[in-house]
Amino acid sequence: MGATAAGLLTILALVGVLALVYRPLGDYMAGVLTSTRHSKVETLGYRVIGVDPEGRQSARGYALSVVGFSVVSLVVLFAILVGQSVLPFSRGLPGMPWDMALNTAVSFVTNTNWQSYAGESTLGWTAQMAGLAVQNFVSAAVGIAVAIALVRAFTRRRNDDLGNFWVDLVRINLRILLPLALVSALVLVGLGAVQSFAPDRVVDTVLGGQQTLTFGPVASQEAIKELGTNGGGFFNANSAHPFENPTALSNLIEIFLLLLIPVCLTRTFGTMIGSRKHGYAVLGAMTFLWGAMLTVALVSEVGGHGDSARAAGAAMEGKETQLGTWASTLFAISTTGTSTGAVNSAHDSFTPVGGGAAMLNMMFGEVSPGGVGAGLYGFLIVAVLAVFVAGLMVGRTPEFLGKKIGTTEMTYVALYTLASPALVLIGVGVAIAMPSSADAMGNVGGHGFSEVVYAYTSAANNNGSAFGGITVTSTFFQLTLAAAMLLGRFVPILLVLRLAGSLARQGTVPTTAGTLPTHTVQFAALTVGVIALVAGLTFFPTLSLGPIAEALS
Amino acid sequence: MTTLTTPPEPTTHTSSKRIPTQQGLTGRQLVAQLVPAVRKLDPRHLWRNPVVLIVWLGSVLTTVLAIADPSAFAISIAVWLWLTVVFANLAEAVAEGRGKAQADSLRAARQDSVARLLGTDGVETQVAGTELRPGDRVVVEAGEVVPGDGDVVEGVASVDESAITGESAPVIREAGGDRSAVTGGTTVLSDRIVVEITSAPGHTFLDKMIALVEGASRRKTPNEIALSILLISLTLVFLLAVASLAPMARYAGAPQSTVVLVALLVCLIPTTIGALLSAIGIAGMDRLVRVNVLAMSGRAVEAAGDVSTLLLDKTGTITIGNRQASRFVAMPGVGDDELRDAARLSSLADQTPEGRSIVTLAEEQGGSGGVPQGAEFVEFTAQTRMSGIDLAGGRLVRKGAASAVHRWVGGDVAPELADAVDEISEAGGTPLVVAERSGTGGRVLGVVHLKDVVKDGMRERFDELRRMGIRTVMITGDNPKTAKAIADEAGVDDFLAEATPEDKLALIREEQAGGRMVAMTGDGTNDAPALAAADVGVAMNTGTSAAKEAGNMVDLDSDPTKLIDVVAIGKQLLITRGALTTFSIANDVAKYFAIIPAMFVAAYPGLDALNVMRLGSPESAILSAVIFNALVIVGLIPLALRGVAYRAASAASVLNRNLLVFGVGGVVVPFLGIKLIDLVVSPLLSL
Repeated sequence: MGATAAGLLTILALVGVLALVYRPLGDYMAGVLTSTRHSKVETLGYRVIGVDPEGRQSARGYALSVVGFSVVSLVVLFAILVGQSVLPFSRGLPGMPWDMALNTAVSFVTNTNWQSYAGESTLGWTAQMAGLAVQNFVSAAVGIAVAIALVRAFTRRRNDDLGNFWVDLVRINLRILLPLALVSALVLVGLGAVQSFAPDRVVDTVLGGQQTLTFGPVASQEAIKELGTNGGGFFNANSAHPFENPTALSNLIEIFLLLLIPVCLTRTFGTMIGSRKHGYAVLGAMTFLWGAMLTVALVSEVGGHGDSARAAGAAMEGKETQLGTWASTLFAISTTGTSTGAVNSAHDSFTPVGGGAAMLNMMFGEVSPGGVGAGLYGFLIVAVLAVFVAGLMVGRTPEFLGKKIGTTEMTYVALYTLASPALVLIGVGVAIAMPSSADAMGNVGGHGFSEVVYAYTSAANNNGSAFGGITVTSTFFQLTLAAAMLLGRFVPILLVLRLAGSLARQGTVPTTAGTLPTHTVQFAALTVGVIALVAGLTFFPTLSLGPIAEALS
Repeated sequence: MTTLTTPPEPTTHTSSKRIPTQQGLTGRQLVAQLVPAVRKLDPRHLWRNPVVLIVWLGSVLTTVLAIADPSAFAISIAVWLWLTVVFANLAEAVAEGRGKAQADSLRAARQDSVARLLGTDGVETQVAGTELRPGDRVVVEAGEVVPGDGDVVEGVASVDESAITGESAPVIREAGGDRSAVTGGTTVLSDRIVVEITSAPGHTFLDKMIALVEGASRRKTPNEIALSILLISLTLVFLLAVASLAPMARYAGAPQSTVVLVALLVCLIPTTIGALLSAIGIAGMDRLVRVNVLAMSGRAVEAAGDVSTLLLDKTGTITIGNRQASRFVAMPGVGDDELRDAARLSSLADQTPEGRSIVTLAEEQGGSGGVPQGAEFVEFTAQTRMSGIDLAGGRLVRKGAASAVHRWVGGDVAPELADAVDEISEAGGTPLVVAERSGTGGRVLGVVHLKDVVKDGMRERFDELRRMGIRTVMITGDNPKTAKAIADEAGVDDFLAEATPEDKLALIREEQAGGRMVAMTGDGTNDAPALAAADVGVAMNTGTSAAKEAGNMVDLDSDPTKLIDVVAIGKQLLITRGALTTFSIANDVAKYFAIIPAMFVAAYPGLDALNVMRLGSPESAILSAVIFNALVIVGLIPLALRGVAYRAASAASVLNRNLLVFGVGGVVVPFLGIKLIDLVVSPLLSL
């Protein structure tokens, strides 16, 4: 079978399996998040943490809980990373330097999983399991919880009860993430991913050198890494490492896992608001963006630029030979589209257009289909923006799902839209102006510039993937990227919750023939247009000095 | 598909408008407003409009730089940036200027009048009209101008209200009832009335009108504020994009001058919609004024676009005010011609619309002839409830309510008569029984079926409203049976029969509780609570001052049908705002393709591929984009004032059309425009 046929079949299989689980998982999640029953384990848990599971939270209460929980997570993770030398099972590794620890703690609490360290040589098993893996679960749950709070707001009438953050957090972990992660981890182990507490082993390589093999709880970490759109690898090589991602099938499963929840949450959304068509419209728009970026990247990667690439049949630099161009590109677009940030290839080595597509995919604001929860609320924010301008054009003051988009709502939406681009532009502007940055870049000219742009785009959009090439261990990069991650996560979350509160307190406007329909192909296309226009207008100058300049040279 | 008032079609009742109809925008109007536009360059005026303020700051900066380091390019950019600000101001000045012209014509009506103040002892004193206070009573006699707004408390008079309404026919104003309000500035033509003043000087209806059309009391509407927030955030994004571009360009080895960066910024920020936003709002209210409706706030106009339920009074709105004869039902033994002629005879001298309609119907069916010699007309009175004619030969013919005519004739009621009367009543009509009496006794000839006549084209209009997603509810005092018959015929969605003002209010509250926006008209004092509760309450100018105070719009023509036009104008206002926003943002695509390659082609020659317009030189490319950005404002002023055409259609199809015209058009037009400007600018710059 040729590479093209295999590649197309891979994509087909991925889409097919996602379509199969779309309804059952989406509806199951809706059930979990609307159920009024608590399991015995959960009830016990609530008693331990001192939470009344029947207590209702307004937007303010919900936001305070999210922030409080995240601050505690941040402090605990920072402490674990700095002080891992005193923890058991640390493989004798020292604590992280403070700036790296802060960057890493922020990175995992914000679901970004930007890694300025090499996992195998920096972190022991306790830090991996009690620190990072825990955050892989709970930070993903926070994202889903916030999205669900926003969805609930659309179903409320003059009632700002957005649910209970603690109940959502516990249920998402216990009833959704844990079971899925368990099954996925077992499947990955079955395919050859490592799950072992054996000591390091030094082996002689075929070429006569020596290599140290590190073991650990890899498969379990891998499952939640993809499932929670986290992306932080056990190994520095991430999903390009054979212990994390041993075969072509495991590669496909990992791509499936990172798309699974973001895709199915659109069903959850449709089910919860009582209009499945709206869920399909959101899914359609997200799929279109993903498909469009994938097509652009594939054409460029497979078509191959440059003489050496043509000779090899494709642009193979930085790609695993056992995975090939198709699987690498599919992974790259899915990981940047979901704010996962796991990588199975070096994006730095992609063709300018392929690397630019990955970058643009993040610049869209992580909505193709976006991170767990973050993709859904990000998309709904853009939908509100689209409704605002388009709603005026049908001669009504704008409304979305029965809620009027007035001054208050527009303020939150505008600030949300502003947040990530501002962080990227300020970050890149300041970094590129620093004389020291030139040394950190792995390349000069447009490509070196792309490395810096990619780093801040990845951090501010909670992606966490790296372009590679650039060295980001200086205190300047550690702290500015940490700031970008922290603000890029929590400013949008707080704005989403404020918006949710304001929508929930409103009454509902009935739908008439004069109402702009928002479950149609027309509206999905319009929203895609707004996403492309906003990202394009914001980043065209930046892209033109990076990937576009490279591609046209 | 029919067009709903775009621009509002003058209908017969508005033919004698106070305000001259200015449809188009002439070049002279633009030039005339240049001076006020330049005067608005004062930054204290501009702080309300952040987008234009940024352009102003850019103009100052580039001017300083052009003076410090003069070059043809820098000076041209500075000049065109100033022009951008002037053009932005021009849009607002032109819109305001139209209002000022209207205000001046109103001011002419507000002459200082002398009032005859009536003391508590009945003694008259002469005081200036401006000294009157609410509660004062003044005497106004024929030929005198009413000195202030008030209610007639004594007497009846005919009043010329043309100063306010433009309608030259005098109207009757009398004490008590719903026709008691008089407006300051109108002239009493006959008789003597005593008016109790209801408004303080400076706060009369006329003062309010002047302030409204001048835009003096204009405040940003909620939707305008929301849109401004979007525009400000876009401006901030572009500010950051351009500011961060400076170090990026330096890194790329292509450092950019401040003039170029300012030019890029001005081109990217939404100057077009920023410049036209307030003009669109003013023009929306102005369009209402043109159909003789005064909106008390821009918010009311916006609300009109959102209306989802229209409460329409049956009489005068859905049906023509009067009932008309539609057929004759003869009793057994009476010829059709006999009934027809008797009915005609009894109505020949009857000047009521009903009477005239009987004559018309009879003549359509072949009746003819004049008033017979010696005949005497018997007028309708509330006691007899009949009218008719006494012929010379002793033959008396009467028509009237069934019970009254029956009493007049005497004897038993024929079952056929009872059947005919019931049948007509059930169909929602009014039966008018015709009878005659002579020496030999009386007999009933038959029944005239009077029915409410639904105005022409109402059903189509209601269909149109339905397509726009608006539900129509007919309000009538008729019984449910009659109401249903008319509602079915007119094609309204629902009706409220035997409606009291309280029912009306309850209906509004119920609709609003379901999230619907309600519009209604009213004129009586007892309509005031409902008018105040409705989202759009249009008070008739003929109504009481209580009604006018309660509503948020006043219709000077007192034509309830106009509610439909008001809704269309509200929608048009919102569409214009959305369309120009889309256009403005879509324009940026072409500007990027002009400016970015121009900035960086030296550092990355490959970027020349982005120069799809093949512009002459980097400098001419940037300057052409700036010039296009300025000229497009002027080019769109007429559209901002006229409003985007609105057709009653489903939201999806309206959106498709506007997205195509203003979205796709917004992307394409600047490519052509910038190329054309470059063809002129490029040779000039290379001189």
